[in-house]
Amino acid sequence: MAKRLTVSASPHVRSHETTTGIMLDVILSLVPALVMSAVYFGTRALALAAVCVGTAVLSEYLARKIMKRDNTLGDLSAVVTGLILAFNLPATLPLWMAAIGSVIAIVIVKQMFGGIGQNFVNPAITARIILMMSFPSAMAKWIVPFSSAWSPDAVTAATPMAILNGTTDLAAAEGLPSLTQMLIGYHGGSMGEVCSVALLAGACYLLLRRVISPAIPVSFIGTVAVIMLIAGKGNWQFMVYELLGGGLILGAFFMATDYSTSPINRKGRIIFGIGCGLITSVIRLFGSLPEGVSFSIILMNILVPHIERLTTPKPFGYEKPEKKKEEAAKV
Amino acid sequence: MAEKKSLFKEFSKGIVIENPVLRLVLGTCPTLATTTSVRSALGMGLAASIVLVCSNIVISALRKVIPSKVRIPAYIVVIAAFVTIVQMLVKAFTPELDEQLGVYLPLIVVNCIILGRAEAFAGKNPVLASAVDGLGMGVGFTAALFLMGTVREVLGAGSFLGMSIPVLSQNPMLIFILPPGGFFVFGMLMACVNRLAEHRGKPRAELRGCEACPMAATCKLHSEETPAEPQEKEATA
Repeated sequence: MAKRLTVSASPHVRSHETTTGIMLDVILSLVPALVMSAVYFGTRALALAAVCVGTAVLSEYLARKIMKRDNTLGDLSAVVTGLILAFNLPATLPLWMAAIGSVIAIVIVKQMFGGIGQNFVNPAITARIILMMSFPSAMAKWIVPFSSAWSPDAVTAATPMAILNGTTDLAAAEGLPSLTQMLIGYHGGSMGEVCSVALLAGACYLLLRRVISPAIPVSFIGTVAVIMLIAGKGNWQFMVYELLGGGLILGAFFMATDYSTSPINRKGRIIFGIGCGLITSVIRLFGSLPEGVSFSIILMNILVPHIERLTTPKPFGYEKPEKKKEEAAKV
Repeated sequence: MAEKKSLFKEFSKGIVIENPVLRLVLGTCPTLATTTSVRSALGMGLAASIVLVCSNIVISALRKVIPSKVRIPAYIVVIAAFVTIVQMLVKAFTPELDEQLGVYLPLIVVNCIILGRAEAFAGKNPVLASAVDGLGMGVGFTAALFLMGTVREVLGAGSFLGMSIPVLSQNPMLIFILPPGGFFVFGMLMACVNRLAEHRGKPRAELRGCEACPMAATCKLHSEETPAEPQEKEATA
């Protein structure tokens, strides 16, 4: 009884959630897709993931040490960044390029702006875009699943997005995988983005654990679906290809929902998701690049402060300042 | 002797402490645009330095003749004259460089460094000091461009002055010769130079006095600090 009567300052109710716990959930949710990429692309995919994660952790440790700040390896965010970056890379990418990507993500995008929670854009996506602009040919070398990714003459394949680039007519698109193949991931693409089923399973886990809220993924994917349905003149198959192809599922569930680079309240999140969907669709339909998920997320990341300002909730009993001014003028 | 020492100070301040690009952040546009290769960076730096020294001398010599109300157009005319001369020389003797620099060569006319030095220094100081100031700023500008050009060409194209470097040229990071890479190298160099300048035991506030600022004459903050000065100027004009 005496314990219950303790007088203390707020907060009185604390959550048992920790950053480490949330990051652990994210890592767990990425495991199915990692396993599937190991199945499709062999040990090369695992090596790529190991290099990305290892370099990310190492550069986080060194950056914190050089900047004379406390060690933040324990929150596991560097592991998540490395893993998501690896998911965004083609399985054939030279390992040293992947390592450069990890260093960019951790040192430049994250630590230079103050570490976890301070980065204004998603580290993994920025690293992917920088790699894409730096090594355009290596970053576009997609291979067919089950062809050995280690050998230099692995069978290359265009991604479904590249096949569908600039056309909305499925009959004209040659070499397009079937819808079942799209779903299980038997097509060319980045290491972790191919297997939609595994990604969706991970996403369900995150939603059930309430690590992410459905607002951003639903509005993001929903916007793309509506626009693609209109662009394909009502052809639902075209829409499904657009939803399952490219990095849409990976981006919408795992990257757009990053806490520090997405709006706080639901209204802001929906605006954020719709914006991502719009930019993605515009790039896919009208741009010269086949895929636009990463660019859409980075652009909306930059807009987040403005979205937050627009969607700040009105405090209870708040009066608009103009009224006061008018009254003052009358007096 | 005392004057000699201060002349050396006028020269050396432009290299690190008041480096026009990296400390005063003037002339950013040609800096980012022409540093994709060492050769064009050096060409740009030298061309701008020549114009800067010459225009500083002429403006300083004419500083008592030019009415303060029309000083900016007058400065521009002087600068434009020298830019035209330099442009003709570059076109005649190194047409290749002219092609590389393109529109940025005539754009030296509106380069903030040159107008800024005319406004902040040459318009108020004797000829010799202005020439030395122009030379120092020119060296600082050229050095900054050379450094940026080196980093960007070595990493972004795997070559230095057009000579390819064995390992780097196989897989150069193209982003360094693209605009984002330019901004990145620019920011990094700025951070390094800031650290270097502060390590000399001078705090930031002292270095950024109103005198060093090219906007001082028209600046709101400056006029608030010393309200008498601009009014006097207007009265005399």
